[in-house]
Amino acid sequence: MKINSLDKLKKIRNEYQKNVCLRVNSTDSENSDIRIEILIGMATCGISAGAKDTFNAFQEELAKQGVNDAKVVSVGCIGYCHSEPTVQVNIRGREPVLYGNVKKEEVQEIVQKHIKGGNPIEALTLAINFERA
Amino acid sequence: MAGTPEEHADKKNIGIKINHLDLTVPEGITILEAAHKAGVKIPTLCHLDLHDIKMVNKTASCRVCMVELVDSKNNRNKIVPACVTKVSEGMEILTSSLRAITTRRMSVELLLSNHPNECFTCPKNRECELQALAAELGIREIRWEGERMDYPKDLSSGAIVKDSNKCIYCRRCETMCNEVQTCGILSGIGRGFDAHVGPAFNIPMVESSCTYCGQCVQVCPTAALTEVNHTDKVWEALNDPDKHVIVQTAPAIRVTIGEMFNMEPGTIVTGKLVTALKRMGFNTVFDTDFGADLTIMEEAAELIYRLNNNKTLPMLTSCCPAWVKFIEHQFPELLDIPSTCKSPHIMFGTIIKTYYAEKNGIDPDNIVIVSVMPCIAKKAETKRPELTKDEHNNVDIVVTTRELGLMIKEAGLDFESLPDSEYDKPLGETTGASVIFGTTGGVIEAAIRTAYEWITGGELKKVEFEQLRGAAGLRKATVQVGDKTLRIGIASGLGNARTLLEEIRDGKAEYEAIEIMACPGGCIAGGGQPYHHGNFEIVKKRQEAIYQEDRNKKIRKSHENSEILKLYKEYIGEPFNDTAHRLLHTHYEERERI
Amino acid sequence: MVEISNNKKLLRIALRNCGLLNPEDIFEYIALGGYESLGKAITQMTQDQVIDEIKKSGLRGRGGGGFPTGLKWELTKKQKSQEKFIICNADEGDPGAFMDRSILEGDPHSVLEAMAIGGYAIGARKGLIYIRAEYPLAIARLSTALQQAGENGLLGENIFGTDFSFDIYLKYGAGAFVCGEETALINSCEGKRGEPNYKPPYPVEEGYWGYPTCVNNVETFANIAPIITKGAQWFASLGTEKCKGTKVFALVGKIKNVGVIEVPMGTTLREIIYDIGGGIPGGRKFKAVQTGGPSGGVIGEANLDTPMDYDSLISIGSMMGSGGMIIMDETDNMVKIAKFYLEFTMDESCGRCTPCRIGTKRLYEILNKITSRKGTMADLDALKQLAYMVKDGSLCGLGQTAPNPVISTMKYFWDEYLAFIKDVDHPRGEGRYTAKNKIGIRS
Repeated sequence: MKINSLDKLKKIRNEYQKNVCLRVNSTDSENSDIRIEILIGMATCGISAGAKDTFNAFQEELAKQGVNDAKVVSVGCIGYCHSEPTVQVNIRGREPVLYGNVKKEEVQEIVQKHIKGGNPIEALTLAINFERA
Repeated sequence: MAGTPEEHADKKNIGIKINHLDLTVPEGITILEAAHKAGVKIPTLCHLDLHDIKMVNKTASCRVCMVELVDSKNNRNKIVPACVTKVSEGMEILTSSLRAITTRRMSVELLLSNHPNECFTCPKNRECELQALAAELGIREIRWEGERMDYPKDLSSGAIVKDSNKCIYCRRCETMCNEVQTCGILSGIGRGFDAHVGPAFNIPMVESSCTYCGQCVQVCPTAALTEVNHTDKVWEALNDPDKHVIVQTAPAIRVTIGEMFNMEPGTIVTGKLVTALKRMGFNTVFDTDFGADLTIMEEAAELIYRLNNNKTLPMLTSCCPAWVKFIEHQFPELLDIPSTCKSPHIMFGTIIKTYYAEKNGIDPDNIVIVSVMPCIAKKAETKRPELTKDEHNNVDIVVTTRELGLMIKEAGLDFESLPDSEYDKPLGETTGASVIFGTTGGVIEAAIRTAYEWITGGELKKVEFEQLRGAAGLRKATVQVGDKTLRIGIASGLGNARTLLEEIRDGKAEYEAIEIMACPGGCIAGGGQPYHHGNFEIVKKRQEAIYQEDRNKKIRKSHENSEILKLYKEYIGEPFNDTAHRLLHTHYEERERI
Repeated sequence: MVEISNNKKLLRIALRNCGLLNPEDIFEYIALGGYESLGKAITQMTQDQVIDEIKKSGLRGRGGGGFPTGLKWELTKKQKSQEKFIICNADEGDPGAFMDRSILEGDPHSVLEAMAIGGYAIGARKGLIYIRAEYPLAIARLSTALQQAGENGLLGENIFGTDFSFDIYLKYGAGAFVCGEETALINSCEGKRGEPNYKPPYPVEEGYWGYPTCVNNVETFANIAPIITKGAQWFASLGTEKCKGTKVFALVGKIKNVGVIEVPMGTTLREIIYDIGGGIPGGRKFKAVQTGGPSGGVIGEANLDTPMDYDSLISIGSMMGSGGMIIMDETDNMVKIAKFYLEFTMDESCGRCTPCRIGTKRLYEILNKITSRKGTMADLDALKQLAYMVKDGSLCGLGQTAPNPVISTMKYFWDEYLAFIKDVDHPRGEGRYTAKNKIGIRS
């Protein structure tokens, strides 16, 4: 499929926007097909800090705990090298939560308490200190 | 230096200042050229401008020609290399400010700090440009001590010595090898402090596709590239009472060896050369010109054979061993076009060890043949298995013009005041045709002089073929021989040879005969000749001298050489017959390209 | 939330999508507005309008030199040539710098889109990304992105149905720092030895295979698309008078929050180190920060309030560089730091010119002598002279800046040098030894 005009690009943008709207504004994203999104920093830095294990652990844990409406997404680096691996949990209608130092051992608790239970784990939370252009 | 006047004719003039002096210079020239016009000599080292053969080394890497550019507007003067920085309107240049001098001197000091302190024993002692520069700048102390390069010498080729410890990384050899000769053997390897020049992966030279043309040696400012010295072997042979030591001198030696004794370039010193060799103790002193006349007999016969029998054309001359190795590596698909003739000194060597030995009752095993050649590739040529495979080496030792010059000095001979002598006989008669072998265009002209008379059966009145002469690296001409028009290509320099060969390979041009010499200008500018230090005017004078020597000769056609005729009558028979093939012809082989 | 003194929350432009989208899915990039800038540029703007927009934005090269990007595009566009090239310099090699890797791994399409915009503006049909082979993940993600962009017609023939066709190829660097220098980079792209050439001619005149070539850095490209969509004025409203927009830095060394940050130009070092970086760990004292990698210099406590922009940093003896920022604390010895950087440049020198090939080696050897406590005052003098000579005499930026760590540490931490010297007899500060140029003639 070739995107051969600006209009077509915009059409595709609209089509796919629902896939990412949790990330843009999760508190106002009723159109989203996805209820829960887990973004895992999978750049070289994250991977070397164990992000692949974390990624796999999330998939296993979500299946194990019966969470069917969550999507695990591999993303780039958010820049917080000091706290790799980083994981961002976006839940429809709520502020996104950024976690740092999420080793695979932490995953079970995040899924249970935050994703299922709705209570973010304060101890692992990082502040996001920037806006995106 | 600054190109031809025509090149600057349409350029506008601009005003600059050099050392506070107002000057008007053509736009587009370098600071170095502008300073030269103003009578200011800026020292250089890596810079080399051989306009005549289209080689300009502009790596700007040695940082010796550094000058200060005044930038009063920003109050930030800059140090720039004069050799590549072009002048611009209003430019203010200081060539001897403290900052410029410091940078320049420190560059030299740094180079010296990584250079073996062995000038005494160095083959380039008193020929070295780094040594001369240090002297000119009055360097009295090398302030920077530390690690030095430590690489083993590469003598593997038996022809060229690569002593990387003396490499100052000017890359002249690389420019020569890649841009002029298009061989692509030498290039920068290693990095940082380890950077020096060598073949890819620093393989030994012998494993590379190097042709040993020696043009890198000609342009190397230091002794990083020199020839393998074989003078000791010659002295040993001369002092062995059992050996009959025969020397032969190539056509181009007689117009260059005088330079080893500070004589004017282009001085013809044939008679002194012969005297010197005799006084050094050579039993017999021959002239490779005789071998050249012999080559013409065979080559002209081969050309006529190929023309008359619809055999492969063009025929390429095969006198130049560097060029032969070049085609073996680079154009193995064209190996059927070079003439099968051995090179003149090898032919002559064969005749000496057979005909001459028999005739004079000398055991060929006791004959040592020394060839004095303008060439480094000849050293490797004599080691080729097909030229040593019979019981005897065709030629035993090759020394270059430079090496012979040193030997004459070692023998304590005051060369310039030596009387003249004649080459030994028999096999001592030579012609003008063989003398011009020393210059580009000469071999083919000599061959045509003979082929013309053989084809037409008539006499060639005017022996000089001006259309075959000249200095351009690539020339094309036609010669009318009876009802045949011979299309002739002449290339000197391997890059030009490549151009010709590509044309032939791709069927873009047709020729009947082609002469190729590996060295730009021919043997007069050979890798073994006295260093011209970048002054190509010297080479032009050598060429004039070669043609003068031709005009001095009574006989100017090879097939009129009476001793050659006698040799055929007594020993070989007809040119290009079976005996000739066995003795005087060779074959080529495909070689890898590395 | 970290706020910096001008009360602006930090804004990410170059890093806008990093950590937000799946870099291996072009549709996520499109969903976030990707390729609209390219569409806008080539369907609604002329080449000159694109260049004008970039010029007005005030964007300057983020690789370190700070050359105005719009001007570089304009110069390349002006060249009369059948063929032109645009190259992305992704040969990030400063020790402690990983900004570009972050962008390439996190948002590869932003670079591809910008290269196409640049290609359109200057009149190039082909782009190259020169990327170091040590970045395998970035290479993999770029390859995926290239494939997806090609499949969707966003690269290739007649993009957006226009006459504009553009393709991008990857070229791998084999681990030579000097190949970040644009002429060396072009040589390497051509398969030649990776060493710089004398300039002029500049690549915009004679670059890749002799054709006009525009070389921009990854981060520079990452800023292009937002400028096209949000406008030059928006971009120009950020940063300082002479340096617009933001700069990405990699914060490493003795700092609490090691990481990649993006701050508006003009943010002070103090804000970066203390407000964003969280200060020095272990309760130790800050000593210095090295900006500009091995080409930069150290900046001490006294200059912590210097605004981060190209010109201010040069005025205090360092440089912006590509954005590596190494923080040192009181336990670090500055002479050894200088030696570390010099060892790096010495190893990474291509060796072409004398001052860099031999000079950096000798500088290193003198520093080694000093740190081995065998140095004398004369060695300090020699060190300084040689440092200035290497700076003056070297052929390319690598050599011309290699002595900066030495020169700046001698300037700001002279006492630490003296502490190593055995024959200190006049410890009156470095002012006594100021002979930059001295002819070493002994009779």
